[in-house]
Amino acid sequence: MKITVKLYALLGSYLPPQAADNQIDVEVDEGATPASIFAEFHVPPENCHLVLVNGVFVAPGERASHLLKDNDAVAAWPPIAGGDRS
Amino acid sequence: MSWARNILRVNLSKGTCANEPLNMEWAQKYLGQRGLATKYLVEETDPKVDPLSPDNKLIMATGPLTGTCASTAGRYSVITKGALTGAIACSNSGGFFGNEMKNAGYDMIIFEGKSKKPVYLLVEDDSAQLIDAGDYWGKSCWDTEEGIKAKHQDPLIRVASIGVSGEVGVKYACVVNDMHRAAGRSGVGTVMGSKNLKAVAIRGSLGVQVDDADKFLAAVSSGKAVIADNPVTGQGLPAFGTQVLMNVINESGALPTRNHLDSQFAGASKISAEAMAEAREGDGKTNLLTTSACFGCTIACGRISTIERGHYTVAERPQYQIASGGLEYEAAWSLGAATGVDDLDALTFANFVCNEQGMDPISFGATVGAAMEMYENGDISDKETGGLEVKFGSAKALTELAELTGRGEGFGAEIGLGSKRMCEKYGKPELSMAVKGQEFPAYDARGIQGMGLTYATSNRGACHLRGYTVSSEIFGIPVKTDPTESDGKAGLVKAFQDATGAVDSSGLCLFTTFAWSLDDIAPQVDAACEGDWTPERLAEVGERVWTLERMYNLQAGFTAADDTLPKRLLKDAAKTGPAEGKVSDLGKMLPEYYDARGWTSDGVPSNETLQRIAL
Repeated sequence: MKITVKLYALLGSYLPPQAADNQIDVEVDEGATPASIFAEFHVPPENCHLVLVNGVFVAPGERASHLLKDNDAVAAWPPIAGGDRS
Repeated sequence: MSWARNILRVNLSKGTCANEPLNMEWAQKYLGQRGLATKYLVEETDPKVDPLSPDNKLIMATGPLTGTCASTAGRYSVITKGALTGAIACSNSGGFFGNEMKNAGYDMIIFEGKSKKPVYLLVEDDSAQLIDAGDYWGKSCWDTEEGIKAKHQDPLIRVASIGVSGEVGVKYACVVNDMHRAAGRSGVGTVMGSKNLKAVAIRGSLGVQVDDADKFLAAVSSGKAVIADNPVTGQGLPAFGTQVLMNVINESGALPTRNHLDSQFAGASKISAEAMAEAREGDGKTNLLTTSACFGCTIACGRISTIERGHYTVAERPQYQIASGGLEYEAAWSLGAATGVDDLDALTFANFVCNEQGMDPISFGATVGAAMEMYENGDISDKETGGLEVKFGSAKALTELAELTGRGEGFGAEIGLGSKRMCEKYGKPELSMAVKGQEFPAYDARGIQGMGLTYATSNRGACHLRGYTVSSEIFGIPVKTDPTESDGKAGLVKAFQDATGAVDSSGLCLFTTFAWSLDDIAPQVDAACEGDWTPERLAEVGERVWTLERMYNLQAGFTAADDTLPKRLLKDAAKTGPAEGKVSDLGKMLPEYYDARGWTSDGVPSNETLQRIAL
């Protein structure tokens, strides 16, 4: 099945050179999880601070059990935060 | 100590400057900065005053920790009745101006009346004088700051000024200090301009005394360790700045796009933190040149950017081929996603112009987005825009309107009204994406439900800095809540609003709260200030400040009917993303919020509540 993998900020360095806009489509087997995707891209799990599947939060304890579906998008960020302050 | 115990009162009508003691009884109840200055404004002005009348006052205020060695302790605020909103306004800024003001020996400077001619205030410790500003009137914030420093032959003078936009009455003019830090929202710069006050220039060398130095240094040291060890404040913000939110919020389906018609923007990645750090095709350089920090800050989220020299905005204009304040998330959103423009250098140029001429980029960009929708709908045409094609996605329209608005010229004068007045003028009030007249920041109320309640109840109009529930709903700080659900959000919003009220009254930056709770802040305040300052007491101060602001607004004429959102967010469901099919659940959350606050069903604080918080 096809999964879109999006790695942002410093995690972008784990994407292959052919990735564009911090994302790439990959073919994976049934049973893939966010954790298995990160392992495939050699992303240290402790660096995945925020993980979203199709924009929905996946808690750290669920990343190895959350089964992905065809055409899902998995996105991950290292520690971040934001807004301006005026 | 920690408070300077001293106020400078400047009567612009009479041309006088006089010192007076700080009301320490009020300081113990309202702490400083936002809270204490609001108390002074409430006591000294009629809430129904015209914001641009000489009878309105403008207060620049530091907090008790401003100027100390606590992390981020360089903040100051500008408090007045807002020109954009007609509501209580408090805009907070970093940089170095606040520290300089405190080191000159002032907790606050209160400006009252109106000068007959343009002036600036020069403060050198205990010496204060008003000086003719004729040479600077009509000039930008950048030229004014450089001019005053050159005139007094002191590059270390710190200057807060208005640009041309504040002189010509743009409703969301800022007060800009240190070239690109700003008390940005609600039109506090417009009020300053109405008083013919061009700038405040300060040189302070008196130092700041704390109550218990040893205890304070220990508390500060512990606090800095918490910030350094926290992944967000120790790594995330310094490395990526606030702009890293662009892809997060877009991915979460909560990035308001094209005047909130959509909640995801296809061009988000092109205007994100990642794009700022990517080599440009043209010159091989990155938009992000380096990072920067405000006074005493151990986070350093600031961005310094450049525009490619061949870009159409600067190719023939070397004055903009500079390194200056780069895009923060809210500005990148308003100038980009809200207008549908994905040209990073065009956004950076518009941001430069906002800093140069002293305009709030959030309200400016959002108002351009509303104008673009009206133009595409045929509600306005080339006749109104002066021939400019104000279409979604037009970088040219965005950058030309930034310059026109900054000078109050052409269609820019209409954009300078803000979206509420502009849309009402053209018979389309429903197209203004604002609360209490102030435009939304960068989070869609359909995709992040708590932010909808935050916007609707914000005392200064739509604002993310009065209760940043994004921390919880997106990042899980301090606990993760579901952004698409409204259950439990009333209590969450209240807790964020109250804690923010305390932080904004302390002299610290709100960004510390990604790492610090009031448990970390209280020991620092307690060691610096007289009295016993516990986390519980700070939370109570925050609630008292929030309620005082609410009472001011009620007396100014606002009612519960103003605690609402545009119909678009209440009726038109999000089209894509996790919130697809959802609208804001404000109708459920608002009564729960009033109840959590101890307010009546009409949104009025009950007598019991006022007694409980000693208001």
